[in-house]
Amino acid sequence: MLIKRREFLQVGSLATASFFVPKFLKAFEGYQMVPPGNKVVVILQLSGGNDGLNTVIPVRNDIYYRSRPKLGIEKTKALSITDEVGLHPALTSFADAFHDGSMGILNSVGYPNPDRSHFRSMDIWHTASQSNEYVSTGWLGRYLDAQCSGCGVPTQALEIDDTLSLALKGEQINGLALKDPKRLYGTANEKFFKDVAKGYHDHHDEKPVDYLYKTMAETLSSADYIFKQSKLHPSTADYPNSELGKSLKTIASLIYSEINTKVYYVSLGSFDTHINQENQQQRLFKELNDSVGAFMKDLKANNRFNDVLFFTFSEFGRRVSQNASGGTDHGTANSMFLIGGGLKQQGILNAMPDLTDLDEGDLKYKVDFKNVYATVLNKWLGADDQKILNKKYDYLKFV
Amino acid sequence: MWRAGFGPAAAQLSEFANLKPTDLYHALQKASAKKPEYLDATDDYLKGLVQGIQNEGKRLQQLDKQDKKNVMQQVRYAIRNLNLLWLSKMVDSDQQLLEKMAFFWHGHFASRNLNVFYQQEMLQVIRENALGSFRDLLYGVSKSAAMLNFLNAQQNRKDHPNENFAREVMELFTLGRGNYTEHDIKEAARAFTGWGSNLKGDFMFRKFQHDEGSKTVLGKSGNFIGEDVLDILLEQKQCAKYITQKVYRFFVNENVDQQRVSWLADRFYKSDYNIGKLMEDIFTSDWFYDDKNIGTKIKSPVELLAGIQRIMPMQLENEEALLLVQRLLGQVLFYPPNVAGWPGGKSWIDSSTVMLRMRLPNLLNEQDDFNVRPKSDDDQMMGMMDKQQVSSKKAVGAIGKPIDVTIDWKPYMHAFENVSREALVPTLNATLLQVPPTFATDLIKTYADGSSRDAFIRSASFLIMSTPEYQMC
Repeated sequence: MLIKRREFLQVGSLATASFFVPKFLKAFEGYQMVPPGNKVVVILQLSGGNDGLNTVIPVRNDIYYRSRPKLGIEKTKALSITDEVGLHPALTSFADAFHDGSMGILNSVGYPNPDRSHFRSMDIWHTASQSNEYVSTGWLGRYLDAQCSGCGVPTQALEIDDTLSLALKGEQINGLALKDPKRLYGTANEKFFKDVAKGYHDHHDEKPVDYLYKTMAETLSSADYIFKQSKLHPSTADYPNSELGKSLKTIASLIYSEINTKVYYVSLGSFDTHINQENQQQRLFKELNDSVGAFMKDLKANNRFNDVLFFTFSEFGRRVSQNASGGTDHGTANSMFLIGGGLKQQGILNAMPDLTDLDEGDLKYKVDFKNVYATVLNKWLGADDQKILNKKYDYLKFV
Repeated sequence: MWRAGFGPAAAQLSEFANLKPTDLYHALQKASAKKPEYLDATDDYLKGLVQGIQNEGKRLQQLDKQDKKNVMQQVRYAIRNLNLLWLSKMVDSDQQLLEKMAFFWHGHFASRNLNVFYQQEMLQVIRENALGSFRDLLYGVSKSAAMLNFLNAQQNRKDHPNENFAREVMELFTLGRGNYTEHDIKEAARAFTGWGSNLKGDFMFRKFQHDEGSKTVLGKSGNFIGEDVLDILLEQKQCAKYITQKVYRFFVNENVDQQRVSWLADRFYKSDYNIGKLMEDIFTSDWFYDDKNIGTKIKSPVELLAGIQRIMPMQLENEEALLLVQRLLGQVLFYPPNVAGWPGGKSWIDSSTVMLRMRLPNLLNEQDDFNVRPKSDDDQMMGMMDKQQVSSKKAVGAIGKPIDVTIDWKPYMHAFENVSREALVPTLNATLLQVPPTFATDLIKTYADGSSRDAFIRSASFLIMSTPEYQMC
């Protein structure tokens, strides 16, 4: 191997007292150390409200088939994982992960007083707020605030996308969105911009234009770092040539590097299947299955599967009954996939949704998603979940 | 000019210098008073194609695969043309106030629709009523084929209500969250049953799909039809407040001054939702010109793009670049992220977009290569993703090559003829920026091309436009 792997991983390498230059130019001097085997979490957002009941299918439930005469997936077509439960036929990699003990399924995840509008419900998931409160920061953004108060380290949470989700926006620190490490490097490599940023000084009465300066300085300071890291040990595995496939390959390459990133975030959509659900879900699940399948294989081959916790979520599930347009309308609680070599609990982690006990045709939540967040923050990332979520939520036992 | 339109035009730079803001507003108002011309981006071929299909009484789903693909391609191309056509109006039209207001309503009544004819109709409804009555606008939009189809009104039937339209009309178009209950939505959805459009896009009331029973919406009961529900919504003072607040955020300041909004909303409600009067109230108020209300807004990508083209009139060899930039910066006309429209403000800015914004002037000046790629268009679009993608293949084709642009410098240069060399940078700053610059004049001088006076003005202008300050309006 040409590049000798450094003994220690860097954390907080961009740590500077101010967001602004000139400190960012000598950004990589203050090393902190974390043990090898840096635990990371990879979050996949299924945008638009994935239909959980056609994802994790109650194949022996008559109510399910009665409510969905056209859309219900027959027992013989579903991928059987237990006597009672089948997965959507496209999700073969997930069924494999289930059988080899690296997946947990959490049913009926939601929150009290569910909101059925996309962006509001997504807001609630992103901000980890109650459904009657409005919060302008995301749970992962507040994780960044808590981990590194007073230092600008935007690479601790990366979204593989062109824009940054609310989930990664903190009070003091934002995560960083990038589609391709090369692209961010190319954009930032401009002397003029560095000089413009350098001439700027932080002041107390923040004006709207300051936000742009701040973002610009952070971006410039991070771009070089991420680009170099992405070239250290790029993944050589085969991934499907889809958006998600490419994104997960980028994530794998960064996981193999020495970057300080703890959280990776990526989205797939749109699962808003009011009409012709069958084809659309099939197409999206194929992309999901092939990409995540390749990702798991890659991580295992590189002995990093135990260090990665991957989970999926959607802003809501869909109504139990099909609608008249070959689709389903907005619903409430939903299932989540938890995947990784380090799970302490595998299989189906709680009861399947009770279709005899509905709230105006929708599932009742049994697990608050904030319990999942608290568990991930505390048990996996070692963070102060109570401070981040502004409330104490009981931990689950999957990690 | 940035606040009532899309920035100053090069040719107007000299004449604006001596104009009072309120006089300028009245001039804009006057120009915007006449009925806007219809924007038609469809060609005869597409019209013929669609006419043929209609004559056979078919819906798109019934066409065979090849025909369908062909029609879809043509339609996508037409929506692309409509985007560019409207953008060119924002750049060239003297009805700046009207186009700006229409741009606001385009985000307010956000809809995606693959039918370009529906889109054109809806755009016309918005432009014709942009400064008119909000009542007419709400009626027009609610009954437009674009909105009816986008929000699944066609699927809203007596025996199978679909709540999508009823929810969004309350949540996003009139009242805002927290001013109605889930029960109001369910009941209103019943009143809207039967609403739909025919193939041509004309509004249809399908009596047999309508639920004739009694409904209770926001405390009122009766055998309501859809129009009754709209009237009930307009009767709520909250509706005037909600709209005024959104207008204030868009035109004045993201930080809302509740006292001013309530004064404006009160007058808006009393005028029976006269939008033109509301705008006059705003633009002729002293506080509108307070320092704290100037240069506080981050330009949206479309405002930024239109503004650059206004101050530097240009011919683009490949107009696809304009679409590519819209996609990369997160705002493509006719493709809002969802029914809530573009959230705006700080949300425009992240690590990627801030850098592209800084580079944009140089991209247009052929000094920089396009090495960025837009992501596939996959946000929440009410599940209609496949049919609605922007023609990404063509856009991607533009990557790597500089954008081929010819700029007509004459009107711009004319404005600086009598400025001394020493005063050039400060004068350019004052012309191009809405906020005082924090970067040093010397920095611009260092990087600008000093080989000739013209070259200096050009390159210094591009540099000034490549700063955070230029993003503000």
